[in-house]
Parts: sequence; structure tokens; C-alpha cells
Amino acid sequence: METILLLVAAEEDGGLGKPALEAATAARELAARLEGAKLLAGIFGAQAGRAGAALAGAGFGEALLVEHESLARARFATDAAACQALVAASGASLVLAPATSRLQRVLAAVSARCRGAVDTHATALGAESGAVHATRWFYRQRMVGRVSRERRPWFLSLEPGVFAPHAASGDLVSRPVPAPLPESRTRVEGLRSPSSGAQTIRPDAPLLFVAGAGWCKKQADGLAHVSEAERLILGFLGKSGASLGGSKSVVDQKGEGGALSFLTHLNQVGQTGSTPRHAKGLATCCHGEEPHTVGWRFVSGRRAVNLDANCGWAQGKADVLYVADAFKVMARVNELLAG
Amino acid sequence: MPVFHVVVCGGLVPDPLQTLEPVQGPAGWGLKNESMLPAILDPWAASALFEADSLARANPGSRVWLVSAAPKAKLQQVLMALAQKAAFELVAVDAQAGGFSDAAECASALAAAVNSIAGLDRSRLLLFGGWESASRGAGATLAILGEMLGISEQFQGVDQASPKPDGSLEILERVEGGRHQVSLLSAPPALLGWATGSLPEPPNNPQVGMLNMRSAMPALQKAAPSRLTGGGLALSSVELPSQRRDTRVVKDMPEDQVAREIVEWIAEK
Ligand SMILES: Cc1cc2nc3c(=O)[nH]c(=O)nc-3n(C[C@H](O)[C@H](O)[C@H](O)COP(=O)(O)OP(=O)(O)OC[C@H]3O[C@@H](n4cnc5c(N)ncnc54)[C@H](O)[C@@H]3O)c2cc1C
Repeated sequence: METILLLVAAEEDGGLGKPALEAATAARELAARLEGAKLLAGIFGAQAGRAGAALAGAGFGEALLVEHESLARARFATDAAACQALVAASGASLVLAPATSRLQRVLAAVSARCRGAVDTHATALGAESGAVHATRWFYRQRMVGRVSRERRPWFLSLEPGVFAPHAASGDLVSRPVPAPLPESRTRVEGLRSPSSGAQTIRPDAPLLFVAGAGWCKKQADGLAHVSEAERLILGFLGKSGASLGGSKSVVDQKGEGGALSFLTHLNQVGQTGSTPRHAKGLATCCHGEEPHTVGWRFVSGRRAVNLDANCGWAQGKADVLYVADAFKVMARVNELLAG
Repeated sequence: MPVFHVVVCGGLVPDPLQTLEPVQGPAGWGLKNESMLPAILDPWAASALFEADSLARANPGSRVWLVSAAPKAKLQQVLMALAQKAAFELVAVDAQAGGFSDAAECASALAAAVNSIAGLDRSRLLLFGGWESASRGAGATLAILGEMLGISEQFQGVDQASPKPDGSLEILERVEGGRHQVSLLSAPPALLGWATGSLPEPPNNPQVGMLNMRSAMPALQKAAPSRLTGGGLALSSVELPSQRRDTRVVKDMPEDQVAREIVEWIAEK
């Protein structure tokens, strides 16, 4: 019989982020498929007590809490100690957590402390005859496998954007758990946005707009038009609310002159970049090579604009490839969006 | 000026331009023609190595070790190119550690290798590696290794680590929404799982290459074999997604019409 612990971090305001609420749904659904499974929540943070309410109605027996000032911000030493205490107090055999930066930072280390096993970035959970399995991707989203383990506790982190977020109803009883939090040599100073200041990465946007190196290349007139490219792209982001991704080639141009000033490595999509989740993606001036398109695994609808009819997108990677000049197309798109 | 002892852990992965196909053999899951596929140092571990090299050069007296668990012959091939890019002392573990191996088991093999390093000063230790591999992509191996080595300060998704004259480091870690969390680490030891970092790939330096290879060849020869048996990870299936789409290639459509199609498509729910 499994005891499932959902491990989440309270936000600074005492709420729970969307990935945590999605993981709550995953935990509830899994518990429903396992006869006699016990479901508990473990919440840590400076406002852990307030966060419990967001999990009410998901079938949790109770919420275990580690609440302390020093957990206001993500930091390995203190977060790991809090998680370890929650796992120990719960007696969990399965520990589920959202694959956020905060939980991913500590989950594997905590699994080692608890003499358990860990698998991360699961995109589905299932159970057959009482045996739990998880689906995850290998080789940067190139292949998908189904994993299971005998060892307990088994820690699994869940990819954001897969499950529907839980909507709270009713109450959830909570119980504080003592956790000795260690001294740390790390002082968290705060968050920093990329120097350009423009907030271009929007994980919740329905549309991903990808800029490729073509935006900075010489065009038919023999000249590069980087400032026009910047104006068109930022104009489109402003009007559409899309999130901005880039190919490796375009983000690597940073600092070499003639680069798109608002792009950083954080925008990079692909093998050595991110694998964002959006309903649709529009690639422009990007060749669609495999190390780039592996980052599109979780983008459902895909269209591309490229001058080259033989680019990678034409090889079964996009639904539609428009063989056209992205400068002209995006200028017109912006006009149409402006109404 | 602070002195660091940087241990960089990095495995080998297939060149990302290769086509990969899973196959099940007597020893479990692997890749088709795995031993023939050209390999590279795992890209995020390579960022870690270049950052380590730069940190060591800026802080004289510092040392860099590269610990790699990989098939010996492959490692030798990869070193031919890699050795010219950064100065390091190699510690090799002869093991087949691909995408379907277990992170904790791999971490144990690495821990034994790190523990065997003569002259490693734990009070100066910065344990580097990629925050996720291009094979398992779990973000677990390094963290478990850190735990095994008793390193209580860990950072993941690191893009920058700037040392201060007093030996403290300002560290930038990737967090959601395209931002960085900024932390001040007062002193090593610490673990840093690197993302892209901020350095371009260094140019080849044949002199560094020659020096590296002089110590790397004996290290390869005495690489301890380590048999990874799967660490209790059961894989009931591995498959390639059905990813080919029926691409509609639209040629000779006026830009105005292309734009209209795109705008309509964006508006569709
Ligand atoms: C280890 C490794 C890791 C990698 N990781 C990544 C990764 O994470 N992400 C990634 O993206 N790549 C990655 N790559 C690189 C990848 O292989 C490609 O080199 C890269 O994606 C190419 O970027 P691009 O398509 O923007 O540029 P290019 O290949 O230069 O293509 C530019 C495109 O722009 C088009 N173009 C030019 N002008 C116009 C116009 N006016 N209108 C329309 N189209 C136009 C051209 O036809 C061309 O197709 C990796 C490679 C390696 C070896």
C-alpha cells in the first residue's frame, strides 16, 4: 500500500504556484488508481500554513507543514532539510513534487538522504495492479520511456504544464512538523532579470515565437537589418503576448555586434536550451535543425516562416511552412494585429 | 586571491546531430550502434569545464580535475579535441553510463573517483558539472554525488559564479520566467550544476592539448572499471515518438495572405 506525499513550496505570499496545483491533481489521480493509498501534502515555506488552503478538496488526509522565516526563498541547505523532515514525518513511499527550479534543486539530494530513489521530469503517472509507473523522456526529448522502481521512498518530479491545476474547495487540516534547519554559507540576495529589462519569457503564453539567426543575416539587399528585426519582434510580442524563444545561433551572437539585444541564453530553445510547453509555436528565420527542434517536443501546433523551402521544418517538423520573407510577413502580421 | 580546487564531472553523450534509436539488448536498453556513434562531452558539463578553466586561470594556484565515467576508448577519442580547450587533470572511470543508467548508481562511481583524487583540498572544493545531462536529463547525478560527498551548499542551473577577493562567490542560478536567483556563497566547498554559463567555447590551444594528454593517457590506462547494473531502475518500454508531421509547404503565397493565415491561426482556440 502506497503512502503518497505531495511535496510543495509555498510562494512568498503564502499561495501555491500553478505547477504545485498541477502536481496536486496528479497526486489525487494517482491515489485514486491505487487501492488503499494514503495521500498527504507536505508544504514548506515562510507562509506554509496559509498555503494549505489551496490544496483543500484534493483528497489529502492532512497537510504537514514546515514553516520558517529562512524558507522564504529557495536555498538548498534549508529547503533540503525541510523536505527531509516532511518526508520522514509522512512515512511516504512515493514523493511527488513539481519540477520547478526550487524542488528540482533539492529533490535528488533528499532522495539520497532518505535512502530512496529518484526520477525526474515525469510527464505522466500510471498504475497497474498496484504497481506505479512514470513516463519520462530521454536524450533531450528524443525518446520516451516508462519507468518503475521497487525501491521506496520513490521520488518523482512532475513536469509543469501537463496536469490541470487543482481548484480548492473546503478545508484541509494541517500539522506542523519540527525540522532542524541548518546554518548555511549561502545568502540569497534576490532575483535578477536579464540586463535588457524586457520580460520576454512567458511560460503561460499560448504562443511561442522563435527567432532564428536569419533575422541578423544579410538580406536580399546585401545588408543586415537588425534594428528593424528588433522592432518587428518586440512589436509582435507586445501585440500577441507570445513568449520569445531563440535558436542557439541567434542567442550566441550576443556580444558579437549585430545581435538581437533582448535575447539571452535563457531564451534558447533546444538541445542545450529549454523545452517549453505552449499550445502553438511560430518559428521565423530559423532553419529547424534537429538540435533546435528537440526543444519543440511539447509545442503542439507548429508553423514556420523561412525563405528556404528545404529547411528542416519542411521535413515533417512543422504543420505548415511558409516559404516567405519573415521581415515582410511579420510587418504585415503586426499591422493586422494592430487592427 | 582565493585558490579553488575545481572538480568537474561530465559524461559523454552522442553528438546531437546524430539520429538516435533505442534498442533493447541482454543488458537492458541502449542506443542502436551506441559504440559507433560519435560522442562529445555532455554540453552543459562542457560549459562547467570552460568556466572551471577560466576560474582557475584567474585565480593562480587553483587546480581543475575532469572526472568522467565513460567507455575508455570513447573518452580517448573525445579527449583529442577537448584537451585543447581547457587545462585539466583527468580522472577516468571506465563505465557505460548512458541515458538508461541510474543517476544514484552513476553518482556512487563518481564519488569513488572523487575520493581517490590525491591532493584535493576539500575546503577549497567546487564540485562542477552540468545541471542536467543530454542523456538522462534528470538533474540528479550531481546532486546525489554532492550529498555523498557531504557538500551542504548546492546550486543548479548556474549561469555565473563570480569570485570576490575574500574568496566568496556571487552565484546566478536560473529560475522560472527567464530570471536568475542571485546568491552569495561565503566560501567553498559547494556544488555548482552549470547551465550555459557565460563563456564561448574556447579556441583550440595545442600546447594545452599536449600537456593535458601527457597526464590523461596514464589516467585512461589506469581507469577503474565500474559496472553499472541499472540501480533498480526498470524500463518497461522506450520508444521514439511518432513525430513526423505532414508538412504543408506553402510557396508563392503573397505576404499579405501568409500574414492573414498566421493571424487567424493565432486567434484559433
Ligand atoms: C552540442 C550542440 C547543441 C546544440 N544545441 C542547440 C540548441 O539548444 N538550440 C538550437 O537552436 N540549436 C542548437 N544547436 C545548433 C543547431 O545545430 C543549429 O546550428 C542552430 O539551431 C541553427 O540556428 P538557426 O536555424 O537560427 O540558424 P541558421 O542555421 O543560420 O538558419 C538561419 C535561417 O534563417 C533563414 N532566413 C534568413 N533570412 C530570412 C528571412 N528574411 N525570412 C525567412 N527566413 C530567413 C535561412 O533560410 C535559414 O534557414 C546545437 C548544436 C550542437 C552541436
